[in-house]
Amino acid sequence: MEKLIVSTSPHIRVEEDVGSIMRDVIFSLLPTTLIGVVIFGLHALYVVLTAVSVAILSEAIIQRLMKREITVRDGSAAITGLLLALNLPPSAPLWMTCIGAGLAIGLGKQVYGGLGYNPFNPALIARVILLVSFPVQMTTWTDPLFIDAKTGATPLGILKEQGIEAASQISLLSLFLGETSGCIGEVSAVALLVGAIYLLIKGHITWHIPISFIGTAGIFTLILWLFGITANPLFHILSGGLILGAFFMATDMVTSPITKKGKIIFGIGCGILTVIIRLWAGYPEGVSFSILIMNAFTPLIDRWRFTHPTKFGGK
Amino acid sequence: MKRLSFTGGVYPVKRKELVKHKEIEELPVPKKVVIPLNQHIGAPCDPKVEVNDQVKIGQVVGDTDKFVSSPVHASISGKVISIKDMPHPVLGKCLAIIIEGDGKSEWVEKKPLKDWTAESPNVLRNRIREAGIVGLGGAAFPTHVKLSPPKDKPIDTVILNGAECEPYLTCDYRIMLEDTGSVITGLKIIMKILGARHAYIGIEDDKIDAIRKVKGMIDDGNIKVIALKAKYPQGAEKQLIKTILNREVPSLGLPFDVGVLVQNVGTSASITRAIMDGEPLISRVITVTGKGVTKPKNLRVRIGTLFSDVISFCGGLTREPGKIIMGGPMMGLAQFTTNIPVIKGTSGIIVFERDEVEILKETPCIKCGKCVDVCPMRLLPSVLGTLSANGRFKEAENYGVLDCIECGCCSFVCPAKRHLIQYIKLAKAEITAMKKAAS
Repeated sequence: MEKLIVSTSPHIRVEEDVGSIMRDVIFSLLPTTLIGVVIFGLHALYVVLTAVSVAILSEAIIQRLMKREITVRDGSAAITGLLLALNLPPSAPLWMTCIGAGLAIGLGKQVYGGLGYNPFNPALIARVILLVSFPVQMTTWTDPLFIDAKTGATPLGILKEQGIEAASQISLLSLFLGETSGCIGEVSAVALLVGAIYLLIKGHITWHIPISFIGTAGIFTLILWLFGITANPLFHILSGGLILGAFFMATDMVTSPITKKGKIIFGIGCGILTVIIRLWAGYPEGVSFSILIMNAFTPLIDRWRFTHPTKFGGK
Repeated sequence: MKRLSFTGGVYPVKRKELVKHKEIEELPVPKKVVIPLNQHIGAPCDPKVEVNDQVKIGQVVGDTDKFVSSPVHASISGKVISIKDMPHPVLGKCLAIIIEGDGKSEWVEKKPLKDWTAESPNVLRNRIREAGIVGLGGAAFPTHVKLSPPKDKPIDTVILNGAECEPYLTCDYRIMLEDTGSVITGLKIIMKILGARHAYIGIEDDKIDAIRKVKGMIDDGNIKVIALKAKYPQGAEKQLIKTILNREVPSLGLPFDVGVLVQNVGTSASITRAIMDGEPLISRVITVTGKGVTKPKNLRVRIGTLFSDVISFCGGLTREPGKIIMGGPMMGLAQFTTNIPVIKGTSGIIVFERDEVEILKETPCIKCGKCVDVCPMRLLPSVLGTLSANGRFKEAENYGVLDCIECGCCSFVCPAKRHLIQYIKLAKAEITAMKKAAS
């Protein structure tokens, strides 16, 4: 008889692997990518394609230089590139997109040892670096095609610059459908939710982070709205990158807590920080910063006994 | 009605249809058997025969005075040709008594206790010990020890485990269908020994005909059949107790801590044979299955029969085998040879073809938390795996690694294909060794 394979149990495994999960995540982002390109035009598509290809290329080059196995086939670099593009303005220059994608992979991921070891969401690291390095390019907005051009400002920008009155002129329906300016992938709540439902059904994300994130932001802004301090909570939920961030960025497996309780705490933290930054900090939008800050707390949350399930037969 | 269940668990493809409908066949008496002196949890037996001795079926060939142990018997009649270390499916190697058959099938004198209801619990318990009965579900813990709970831990409820949640295996199912009476009688004997009032027989609801058959033959109002949700590891002792009685065995505790005793249905049937017919445990029912076996079967096999003999009776291997497993695919042990005997704890032999077996490449943990969601002990398998891989065993202990029942759900679902159970087994072994060294 030939040699038999001997290994520890279990001897059967699910078919799902890291690559198949990443493929599903890419699928889930296609609706919002498509809407972004339709609404903002071809340049948005060039930004997406540039970010994805530069991300994949950077990963391959860095892994080659570091004499590690090249793992671009797992799709995680493509996702990082795609998420970065979706968080860039539609008019983002391609040279800036290249820098962003390279930084996301290099400084956001590979420098820590690659997939699984990065403490921060790589796409968001790159976005924030671009935001502080190229403030003009990062806040130059394109008006959506097919729709009466308004002001060239994002809804949250309008809220910050022109106040509650001006912001409340924007209809919630147009926010829901995506008829506003903003980053390529953040404008259409409906397209984002289609993708999110797909991920929920596939079991790649759970409700804990998105619901606690959006719920906290909703309740927080509701209270402030009742005091007349800010726009209504639905405006806050539907504008900016909250839905994109809550369902697709905060849920990043590597950088969010592993237990259900931990995820809820993480989401609540993101929600509170987002509202604080939107209202009282220099930037109109705070989703990226809040997720990055909570990423830093993830190891701490994971170590906190309170977040662990009570073991069977334990007290 | 809301079906009781436990938290966590997975739904592997069952593949029981390969042998589910095949009646138990008797494997012809083999020409040679290898009887290891340690087939159970506990102290190994000392040989009670010498080379060239003639032995009869049922004759004790190994025994010891230690309480946590169980004697072994000759399963064929013939001559002891050798006593030496032989390959063993669990221990790697073990001292074994090798008997060459004389084809006569002569039994030692059997001492049946037809009227067992008149006997005292002690007499019955001793009979079970003398018959070498151990848990046949796979763990092979000596049954008489289980039937001797500490005085301050009375047992009020007995559960018979007919869940058979492991994929591929159907031996318990066939026993429940074909030997129903023995299963129920064995349960009554257990109840009498323990003075337990209530009993449940838990069967997964993918075995409806077994549920019906057992239900139909119960003539005692204190015994109830419970249909369990077919979810792995429903047959794990602690999860079974939780599901049926909603009692949680304390961390690192045993079922008697919550007044319960769990026995496998096959063990129960063997108890009946031991008491009513006076037959020690010289054979058991196993499932031989998998794509790699030409004719999958449920077989009654003499203890000590070599895997190779069993497989050739099943038409041999289809083509090049990739993996041969003793037990189920979730918790069974991969073997490196077929030159090993069927022992008391062998519930099945599964052969995978070469192209069914993937050598999985581990990738880094992406912290998806799927292992946390499926862990029926509510541990953090990914954390335990990482701690163990880095040699941080003490911390792994603080994270509850010793509570792990090694059911395999975490490795099963892991998208990064991490060998979590391997790491966890390593940590448990290291911690046990450290404790031994300290004491």
